[in-house]
Formats: sequence, structure tokens, C-alpha cells
Amino acid sequence: MDNALNRSEQSKLAHHKCRSFYRRHRGSVLPGMINLLVLVALGALPVIAYLDGQIFWLDVATRLVILAIAAVSLNLVLGFCGLASFGHAAFIGIGAYAVGIPVYHETYGGFEMIAGYSGWWHLALAIAVSALFALVTGAISLRTRGVHFIMITMAFSQMMYYTLVSLQEYGADDGLSIDLRSELPLLNLDDPLHLFGLCFASLLGALLLSWTLVRSRFGKVLVAARSNEPRLKSLGVETYRYQLVAYVISGAMCGYAGALMANFTVFISPSMVEWSRSGELIFMVVFGGSAYLFGPVIGTAAFILLEYFLSRFTVYWHLPFGILLILVVLFLRGGVSGSIARLFSKRSAVSNSVSVNSTSVAEGSAPAIQGSSQARGEDTP
Amino acid sequence: MSAECMLETRSLCKRFGGVSATDDVSLCIYAGEVHALIGPNGAGKTTLISQLSGLLRSDSGKIFFSGEDVSRKSAAALAQLGLARSFQITSVFQELTVIENVAIAVQVTLGSSFRFLGNAAKDPAILGPATEVLKRTGLADKSSVLASRISHGERRQLEIAMALATEPKMLLLDEPMAGMGQAESNDMITLLASLKGDKTMLLVEHDMDTVFTLADRISVLVYGRVIATGSPEEIRANREVQQAYLGDD
Repeated sequence: MDNALNRSEQSKLAHHKCRSFYRRHRGSVLPGMINLLVLVALGALPVIAYLDGQIFWLDVATRLVILAIAAVSLNLVLGFCGLASFGHAAFIGIGAYAVGIPVYHETYGGFEMIAGYSGWWHLALAIAVSALFALVTGAISLRTRGVHFIMITMAFSQMMYYTLVSLQEYGADDGLSIDLRSELPLLNLDDPLHLFGLCFASLLGALLLSWTLVRSRFGKVLVAARSNEPRLKSLGVETYRYQLVAYVISGAMCGYAGALMANFTVFISPSMVEWSRSGELIFMVVFGGSAYLFGPVIGTAAFILLEYFLSRFTVYWHLPFGILLILVVLFLRGGVSGSIARLFSKRSAVSNSVSVNSTSVAEGSAPAIQGSSQARGEDTP
Repeated sequence: MSAECMLETRSLCKRFGGVSATDDVSLCIYAGEVHALIGPNGAGKTTLISQLSGLLRSDSGKIFFSGEDVSRKSAAALAQLGLARSFQITSVFQELTVIENVAIAVQVTLGSSFRFLGNAAKDPAILGPATEVLKRTGLADKSSVLASRISHGERRQLEIAMALATEPKMLLLDEPMAGMGQAESNDMITLLASLKGDKTMLLVEHDMDTVFTLADRISVLVYGRVIATGSPEEIRANREVQQAYLGDD
């Protein structure tokens, strides 16, 4: 082919892409700003409150940020791959016990192989064991889809629950208090500010990792598989392997969140792995918007704050909470993030806000719920 | 002809319960030819294509692709060997844009997608070939439109574009003109004609005019059996074929 012609064609196309890039992003600057604002508020407000003497809010924020990491990790599987894992609490449990058990043995003897106070050791153990658990359970679960996938991931998490319940030495159902927090250089995790700082930085790291994955070739395969798996297979992609790797990354990230959780609560128990915990994580992701990178963070924030405020009004707070969740799922397509994105891109209809919002999980990543609304959007040739 | 078979089947069978969808099918598709597969409804054409592309496991018989026995290979493995398929029922990535659809196909041919860094949407190694294929298939001006929003005919073209983007040795085309209007069909025929000689193709098609325009050789499938194989003229003249198929037309 004629090279010169090719090049001019390509540059024309690049120009066209450039233009459409800006056109597509115009509507989504504001949602991006809102995300940034939420993040800054999440990082700054609790610290200001703490310095002002209100310790409580820093506690709320720390728990929120840790759960947000777990929700972001779940979104790798739920949002990117479209696979509803109902067992992510198991990873939180593994991560938490990866702190509790070494500390217990370092203090009271026994099991010297794993005993230790080092935070590096705890985190490494949390990530490694979670990844291994994800590899084994994922290898089996990912052979199924839909309801079967939900049930089998839940079953594995229940197995983990009953395993922890049977561990007499570590308190069985009653759980175990952690005598000392993880030791890390430069940080003193007994200081709530240090702990919060670590958790917040970890959340930023988790978001950065997710963002990197989505844009990569790896991420494109996951999103394409969610959109039309048989087609991708017929193109020559063994989708199973990619989904398994995503599942392992997700599990490891969630295990890391569990290690932070143990340092926050200084207490571990099988109740961290109860199936309702996994359900709550799914709520957070769906509430915030699973098609969006930042959705899980918004969802977690909404979840924690609602839980707090509603429970101040009434002990029966679960009822209004449940109703609210149902309303969000029914009426806010794409969760809170999806609604924010839509709000600020009236002109460039839904599909654009969903597909090219800078914080969206992936281009064109509208799951089934948004699919129907796409048809209503205007064409953008 | 002593040319080599690009794709060869030997006594291929597939039964669904008591029904033989394909029964002792032996075919040889030469490298470089356009081979059409025709037959009345329910003759087993789509079943045969699915067996060839690895989506259905054959009950018995063998399939050879470029001389290699691929009878038990998965669809993904076959695609990696260079056998691309388009579907009778349009199957594209609805939530992705046209160029993203082709880009994922290009990306697949570039080897493993276990690459966790870099922005795949701006990768020239992917964008270059993808835009090239879109130009070739006449979809360049639709590149940033969602695949769910283009017309049916364009979606069929996108199917071919995705198949082409994998740089296959051979295309399996399952009724590429299905459900198209006359104008769209003509576009598709022009597109397929432009690929003739460049790609080996096995074309399943109902429309006789198309088949006789494009095909170098034709095989006729009736009730799962190949009753005749030959040039368009031979097929036209074949009495058995006329009875089974053309007579009904």
C-alpha cells in the first residue's frame, strides 16, 4: 500500500479521534471533579475533626476507607468482569487472621514459623494467602456463571467461615483480641492518624491499580468478555485465564484490606466472614455504580454514613436503609456515580457518560441496566 | 486439482438425539478458493460450521486445518491457528464502539493480552491495523459509534471486519447476508468479492445469485449429507441438486 497516503489517512484519523475524544469527555469533567472532591473530603475532613478533638469521625472514616478498598477490589470482578462474587468477605477474614495469628504466636509462643509483629510480614501473608485462596476457589468457581457463580463463591466463603469457627486456639466464634498492631517503619499504627493515613494511601493505591488495569490490554479483554464472552472466545481468547487472574488480583487486594481491618478493630472473629458481609460489599459496589472506577468509594461512603445517621433516628434503621437501597437500584441507573455522570452530561446522552466518563470502569462499560437506556441516547458519529 | 486442502473433513458426524445434523461429511476446501456451502433449511449447515470452528464437538470423524488434525481443538485454539468465523446471528460487542470491537480482535492477534500497563486504547500497534481494517470494510466513519447503534448491515460488516482483523488464513462465513436489504447485500457482496483470492473462504449462504457470483466451488448439503461438490456450472446441471434444492427455489 501507498505509505504516504496511509500516513495522511492515519493523521486524519488521529485528528478525528482527538476531536471526538474531547467531545466525548466534555460532559464528564464535572463528575471527575466531584470524585476528586469526595476523595479530598474523605482524606481531609476526618483529620481536621480529629485535630479538633472529635476522635469519632476519624474512626468512621478509617473503617469507611478500609471497606472502600474491599469494595474497589470486589468491583474488579463485579464491575470489570460482570461476575457477582458473593464471597469476598472471606478475603477480609483471611487478611485479618494473617495479622491476628502471627501476633498471637509471637506473644504467646508456638508456630514460630509464622509468628511475628512485622507489618511487612502481615501484609505479605495476607496478600499471599488471599491470592492462593482466590486461585483455588476461582479456578473452580469460574467454570460456572450467573447464579451458580454466586452460590459457589458464597459456599467457599462459608467454608472459610466454619473453618475459622473451628479454630479453638484463636477463640473460635468468640474471636481473638490482637494485643499489638502491625509494626511498620516510620508509622505507629496505634496513632489513629497514622493508621488512617496508611489506609487512605492504600485506597489511592487500589484506585490507581484498578485504573491501570482497566486501560491495559488485560482490562480490555475482561470488559469484552463481559460484553460477549462466546464472541471473544471465537476470536481466540481463553477468557477463563484472564478472569482467573482478575479474581486473584481482586482477592489479594481484598485480603490486604482485611489486614488493615485487623489493625483497625484490633479484634478478629469469624463474623468478619459472615455471608451478610459479602452482601454488604456487593451493596456498596452496586449502590455507588459498578460501571465506574470510583463508584465503590462513593457507595461505601453512602453506605457507612447512611448506616450511621439512620441508626441515630431509629433502632429499626435497617428498614429505611433497605428501602433506600431498593430505590437506588431501581431508579438510579448505574448507581450514584451513574446518576452524577448523567446529571452533568445532559447533551451527550447516557451512553457517553457511561462509556467515556474519565472514571468509568471501561469504555462502553454499561452493564445490562444501562444497556436499555443507551438506545435513547443520541448518535455521536 | 492437486492443490492442497486448507481445510479438510473426513467422515464428520454430529447427532442431536436421533437426528443426524451432519452425516459422514467429507469436504476439501482448497487454499485460496471461495467455497460455498448451500442446502435447504435444516440441512446442517450451521452445525457443520460450528463443528469446523470448534464450538461443537463432533461425534466422529476428523477435521484437518493446514494439514494439522484439529478435531479436538477449542474454538479459541482454532482461532489462534488462523480460522476465523462470523456468526449467522450477529455477535459483536454491543457495549463497545466499532473501533473498540475491531481493536480487541487486533489485540488478540498480537499475542497474549497479559499486559497490565499502558493504555490499550492509544496503542499504535492496535490502532493502526484496526483503522486499516475499518477502512477496508467501509466502516471508518462509524469508528466511534457504539456497536449497538449501527445498522444491521453495518453490524454484519463489523463481523467481517473483526474476522479480518485477526488476520486469518481462512474465513468461515455463516450467512453474512442474513436479514439484509438489497443495498446492504450488494455492499457485502462487493466486500467479499474484494477479499476473493486473498482469503480462503467457506461461505454458507441462501441467496443463489450471491453464491453463483462469488463461489469457485459449491458443496450441497441435504439432511446432513453432502450430495454434490463442484463448480457452479456442475452444480447447476446436477439433477440431484435440482431436485433437492434448486427445484424448490
